Amino acid sequence: MSTSTSVPDLATLYGKGKKESPGLYVHIPFCRTKCPYCNFYSITDTSTVQNYIDALKGEMALYVDSTLTYDTIYVGGGTPSILTAEQLFEIFDTIMAVFSIAEGSEITIEANPGDIDGDFASFLVHSPVNRINVGVQSFSDDILAYLGRRHSAKKAISALDRLIDEGCANIGLDLIYGIPGQGIDLWKNTLAQALLFSPAHLSCYELTVEPETPLGMHLAQGDTPLPEEDEMYDFFMTTTDILKCAGYVHYEVSNFASTERFVSRHNRKYWSHTPYLGLGSAAHSFFGNMRWWNHRSVKRYIADAMNGRPPIESNETLDSDALIFEALFLGLRTAEGVDLYELNARFQVDLLKKNRSKINALYKNGFIEIERGRIRPTDRGLAIADYISTFL
Amino acid sequence: MEGFFDIIKRYMENIRNFSIIAHIDHGKSTLADRMIQLTGLADIRTFKDQILDTMDIERERGITIKSQAITLPYRAQDGKSYLLNLIDTPGHVDFSYEVSRSLASCEGVLLLIDAAQGIQAQTLANLYMAMEHDLEVLPVINKIDLPSADIDMVMEQIETELGLDPFACLTCSAKAGTGVEAILEAIVEKIPPPKGDVSKPLSALIFDAFYDAFRGTIVSCRIFDGEISAGQTIRLMSNHTTYRVEEVGRFSLGRDKKERLTAGDVGYVIAGIKTVSDVRVGDTVTNDRNPCVKPLPGFKEAKPVVFASIYPIASDDYEELAVALEKYTLNDASFVYQKDSSVALGQGFRCGFLGLLHLDIVQERLEREYDLSIILSVPSVRYRFTLKSGETTFIDNPAHFPEPAQIAQTEEPYIRASMMFPERYLGAVMKLCIDRRGENSTITYPSPGRAELTFEMPLAGVIFDFYDSLKSITQGYGSFDYAMIGYRESDLVLLDILVNGEKVDALSQIVYRGIARGRALQACERLKEEIPRQMFKIAIQGAIGGEIISRTTISPFRKDVTAKCYGGDITRKRKLLEKQKKGKKRMKMVGAVSIPQSAFVAVLKSDQD
Repeated sequence: MSTSTSVPDLATLYGKGKKESPGLYVHIPFCRTKCPYCNFYSITDTSTVQNYIDALKGEMALYVDSTLTYDTIYVGGGTPSILTAEQLFEIFDTIMAVFSIAEGSEITIEANPGDIDGDFASFLVHSPVNRINVGVQSFSDDILAYLGRRHSAKKAISALDRLIDEGCANIGLDLIYGIPGQGIDLWKNTLAQALLFSPAHLSCYELTVEPETPLGMHLAQGDTPLPEEDEMYDFFMTTTDILKCAGYVHYEVSNFASTERFVSRHNRKYWSHTPYLGLGSAAHSFFGNMRWWNHRSVKRYIADAMNGRPPIESNETLDSDALIFEALFLGLRTAEGVDLYELNARFQVDLLKKNRSKINALYKNGFIEIERGRIRPTDRGLAIADYISTFL
Repeated sequence: MEGFFDIIKRYMENIRNFSIIAHIDHGKSTLADRMIQLTGLADIRTFKDQILDTMDIERERGITIKSQAITLPYRAQDGKSYLLNLIDTPGHVDFSYEVSRSLASCEGVLLLIDAAQGIQAQTLANLYMAMEHDLEVLPVINKIDLPSADIDMVMEQIETELGLDPFACLTCSAKAGTGVEAILEAIVEKIPPPKGDVSKPLSALIFDAFYDAFRGTIVSCRIFDGEISAGQTIRLMSNHTTYRVEEVGRFSLGRDKKERLTAGDVGYVIAGIKTVSDVRVGDTVTNDRNPCVKPLPGFKEAKPVVFASIYPIASDDYEELAVALEKYTLNDASFVYQKDSSVALGQGFRCGFLGLLHLDIVQERLEREYDLSIILSVPSVRYRFTLKSGETTFIDNPAHFPEPAQIAQTEEPYIRASMMFPERYLGAVMKLCIDRRGENSTITYPSPGRAELTFEMPLAGVIFDFYDSLKSITQGYGSFDYAMIGYRESDLVLLDILVNGEKVDALSQIVYRGIARGRALQACERLKEEIPRQMFKIAIQGAIGGEIISRTTISPFRKDVTAKCYGGDITRKRKLLEKQKKGKKRMKMVGAVSIPQSAFVAVLKSDQD
């Protein structure tokens, strides 16, 4: 079905876009259990893990390019932590062999609290990984049960303690709010508990329910409904107030860093049109003005990549309208905002002039700050980042 | 040897000019199809159903908008060949003038009645019209194949309500094709041949005109006296314009060119006429050098009764809209328009329609055929204002509402509405009419179980959803027809709608004072439902003069659902946002508030269901 049977020419594409170090993403589409709210593709049958790793290696070989040096690696999923230390080492060794990875790169792995035992901790210490993102989601067992998570609050706490004991300095926690039955008070409690660990990074996501997920279908039957928009707004503002009070930088809609140093360098690339290469099933890539993505199906991915074929499902080449729109909506999610002078320089389109009255309206109503051509969302602006991007 | 005039006289004996009149959906088009098939004009395999309804919209809605004609060659049981000229007629109350001109071109009609539904208001209205034209009426009961068909009931109605001989009526199922041959025979036998004198000067009645991209305007005529052929110079008697005839012929499945059309014929004339607006239905065509003395009777200029302004949603599309309207009028001479503008909606056009159906059709065709996104202002009737200065003026545009201090008297157009429905709905229908300020009602019971109700009502009361409400409360059985009966005094005010303090002029309405508050409340509610929440609070108000008479508020929107961008999948997010952005573009900005087209439409809906 794929019309793109050729490997994208990274060097050429790179030349068309921002000359910043690209990032590398590796997808591990395996989970022990499937969480009912998750819309991401993963499978629980781990018999093909080794094949998958071989396929990954096959795919990596397609993208060898001595002119490119990556400065972030992000191993996400699924649940990367269900792989054995051996398997994880195999992946990292190959990455290091195939790609040029800069000194001082940020190397992240995602983990489920239930997997953080002695072996995993040991792997962490001996691997190039220098940042770990733990899918805590909540410290309430009731909520964890509702979310279908396979770990308990107690396990999460002990996992975090262990990581700290092992000397992990760069720990990130994922948390979810806006869950039916959660309530603001419980959420405040969750944040307080999270802060006890002084995590370097916190991601606080509003529960997003896709209709085709088990949770989506369950909610469609009219059970406890999702919180109303007003309550979601409360959750959001409470989060930013509490975390900012605790000294965190609210640098993106859902992301907080204890200091500027601990901002997720890799994720920042997504929001700033910096190139990134995605390896593995369903992985997305972006270089220059082209986006491409791999097969979602693990089977198809393995079939292609194992046989030296690029496992690409489809691609799109972005025209300047699309790039401008992306720069806008991606930038408006971040505290840095969008530099409209820079956009003008890049694309010869003066959005400041075109949207003067709208930008004024946004400013007057306290949704953005504006300074020398850069529009920066306030917290209220971040709360409706998507809306603003379609308003302009 | 036979002379030309004798030949034509004999030829005329074998012509039958007829129409099929029926209530909407009683099967007129299907019957026409079967006749076309039976007379061999169309091969059943290649036949496109309901060939006379050539417009998509007509086909979709199951109604005929334009008149068209077709000549069916029929070899009767007596062995002779006849030409049966079927003139199709519009089936809706908005187009009754066109119906009358088509009937004036005939000698007889088939009165088609649905065997399950029986006689409806439109049936009666059209029957009276046929009788006024002295036409031979052949009742035909259709859809006899339906399980709910009640032929006896219909025959009784034919006798008591129509005063016709029930045993003379025919039965058929156009869908199944049964009984159609008998109908053709009855047409030959019972409908008289046309009378007319080919030796007299040309006198032809225009009953339709349409635009063909290659040939210009095609004029459909019934020739009464004289003859017409290519090369002649004809004169349209209503405005004395002259044209040179290029071609004449009959209507077959396409056009069938002939050397001449003579007295009694129905056919087409092509004469270098640029647009259909140059032709008036009901006008008389005559020979310029040898004109007839008097025009044929019954000519009227089509008068619009409902007015609304049309605006493009994107102001950039104004030119496109202008072009589309020009093209549209090529085939709709009764649609009138002129430039107009609104503070809220920008440049547009003020348009006149024959009725609400006409308005619906124009809107739909503009959107569909010309791919336009348009907004209509609230439709209005034409009111009569008498100022203190003594001056009388007609106003349909709220923007032209005079200073209240200058007004001496206000009047609105009234109609006599006649409705027919099963008796059990009488109470509900009366209430509906009274709610719409109906008065002077009369009730008759044309047959057991059926009521016929007439009411005098302001036209403004029925342009808002009346027909749909009637259908709904009578569970589909109710039918409705109306005639204008002049102006009556009425206390009228100008109702304005404001959004965040800014008047949305397109939503302004001229209303009867007694219903102004209700209308304002309802407009505010509808707008609240239709306008999406936005970054700012939105205040919606209804006002008369400076006085606010209703208000509602839409609270601002504060939190998106900004989901995780899983693994850098920006494409999905972008497509979603692009879609939302596109949706917003289709909205009109009033100040800083985005108003979707549906909001304007919703304000029309009545809460009096």
